[in-house]
Amino acid sequence: MTTTLDHSAELARAGANVSTRWQAIRFLARRYPLGAFGAFIILIFILTALLAHWISPYDPTLTNARASLAVPGAAHWLGADFMGRDILSRIIGGAQISLAVGIGATVLGLSVGIPIGLASGYFGGWLDLIIQRFIDIMQSLPLLVMALVMAASLGPSLRNTIIAIAIPLVPSIARIVRSNTLALKEMPFVEAARAIGIGETWIAARHVLPNTLAPLIVLATAQFGSAILVEASLSFLGLGVPEPYPSWGRMLSESAAEYMRTAPWLVIFPGVAISLVVFGANLLGDALRDLLDPRLRT
Amino acid sequence: MTGYLMRRFALMLLTLFGMSILIFLVMRLVPGNIADILVDSAGIVDPKQKLKIEQELGLDRPLIAQYWQWISGLARGDLGYAYVSERPAIEEILPRLPVTAKLAVLALVFSVLIGVPLGVISAVHRNTFLDYLMRVISLSGLSMPSFWLGLLVLMAFVQMLGWIPIYNRQPDSIWAEIGLLAIPAFVVGFRSSALVMRLTRSSMLEVLKQDYIRTARSKGASEKTVNYDHALRNALLPVVTIIGIEAAFLLGGLIVTETVFNIPGVARFLVEAIRSRDYPIVQNLVMFIAFVVVTVNFIVDITYTMLDPRIRLES
Repeated sequence: MTTTLDHSAELARAGANVSTRWQAIRFLARRYPLGAFGAFIILIFILTALLAHWISPYDPTLTNARASLAVPGAAHWLGADFMGRDILSRIIGGAQISLAVGIGATVLGLSVGIPIGLASGYFGGWLDLIIQRFIDIMQSLPLLVMALVMAASLGPSLRNTIIAIAIPLVPSIARIVRSNTLALKEMPFVEAARAIGIGETWIAARHVLPNTLAPLIVLATAQFGSAILVEASLSFLGLGVPEPYPSWGRMLSESAAEYMRTAPWLVIFPGVAISLVVFGANLLGDALRDLLDPRLRT
Repeated sequence: MTGYLMRRFALMLLTLFGMSILIFLVMRLVPGNIADILVDSAGIVDPKQKLKIEQELGLDRPLIAQYWQWISGLARGDLGYAYVSERPAIEEILPRLPVTAKLAVLALVFSVLIGVPLGVISAVHRNTFLDYLMRVISLSGLSMPSFWLGLLVLMAFVQMLGWIPIYNRQPDSIWAEIGLLAIPAFVVGFRSSALVMRLTRSSMLEVLKQDYIRTARSKGASEKTVNYDHALRNALLPVVTIIGIEAAFLLGGLIVTETVFNIPGVARFLVEAIRSRDYPIVQNLVMFIAFVVVTVNFIVDITYTMLDPRIRLES
């Protein structure tokens, strides 16, 4: 009995016939269905935030006494809060805040964490020692506690909330960059670069750093999700983004206790929005880790 | 080993010392101190009055003197006076500790009881529908804010039973108390269990790839023996380290959950103190949290090196 090997099917499964970008997307979506779903959620979220002005049925800050606690229906798809503000519009407006905080905090965290980790790993010595101790200190507090203390000390504003969330993200970024740099700086290509007379700082920035990109992308995706989660928690506790910005976390704290019995939509929908976006970021992050870091593939 | 322990302990002290400076400075960066708040809330506008309050609280003294006063007091067990209640800070903090500690332990138990079995099952049945389902559930657990999960649970209670399990006074018996705390502990634990499950799964998969597992299979051991007898024992080792990570993760979850369930613990108290700029409370509580996190990690590290003879630390 002979078995004929179907090479073309094998090759297709490995992605050999992928030539255009569209084919590549389709190939990846089939290979990582959960990741593709996550990417889809994030895409919808970003589009919602960007197009908020056009797709929002009402002004999210517009109060209307007659619509107070309106039940979800034709006029207000997701109902209205005590002040008659449309929940759907507030969720769409909240997407802008969450996106701003998610991207702002992640980018800020990366731009502080990368140079610190790179310097610590590449140059080593006393610099590394001091940076490591500092990271130890930062990591001895839970993310949320650190963000709480920072948010309280900076005062309430959108910009300060972003800073307060970015600070506790720095240590884990610096740590990842450092550990990758430590391994990379012993590689032959670094020696080669040094041999042809390239300066140390330039080697670190242009030869070592690009090679740490894969784990950084994975980490950034995860941190994007946790930044959104921390913003929601801070706003829920009353120390996040202030009025009049519609924040998902604050929507829950305003309504929670009193209207739980009478207007459950006030509790359900903002929470669904937060969970869905963070879920999307986590799914995408998992798929990216599989894709970019073959060592962790299971 | 002793050398490693000593060094590790010294680093722990250094970290806590650094934390004390950091938190002290950060709290004083605050625009507007307690005197401003007291003056604002009382509606007094007399700057002399404000100056007097600042003098009474020692806020007009140099930062170094204020820091020294705090740290030397801490060494003697004197945490200073809370600004808001004007009672000794220790009397404010200590009574709130037990309930938070019970909540944290219960939550940890929940997260391990849910997370470890699910992680093992998921790894053993990897890439099956069951595995996918469990991974999606655990990921959704990680994605839900714990305060929202808490609100949903409360809402379910209200809708179905018309009654809320609120912790408003000291329950009569320890069992009544555990019953009351089990719900918020489950909320915090569920979220953390997702973390435990994911780490258990990857650790189990790592072990299943090793040579000795193949050997066990080739000598004819049943799938069950291989999975649960040979693999699980070694896979559980790294799970011990999770408890260290969990300590920080759980404490973060407790802050919002205590607020949602109105539990009079230290985590909720910290939020209140931060809002009212009650430095003595915030400083001491943050130091306490850092102390717990650092100590748990220290103990976990030591346990890990004792459990795993492959790790020989150079001193």
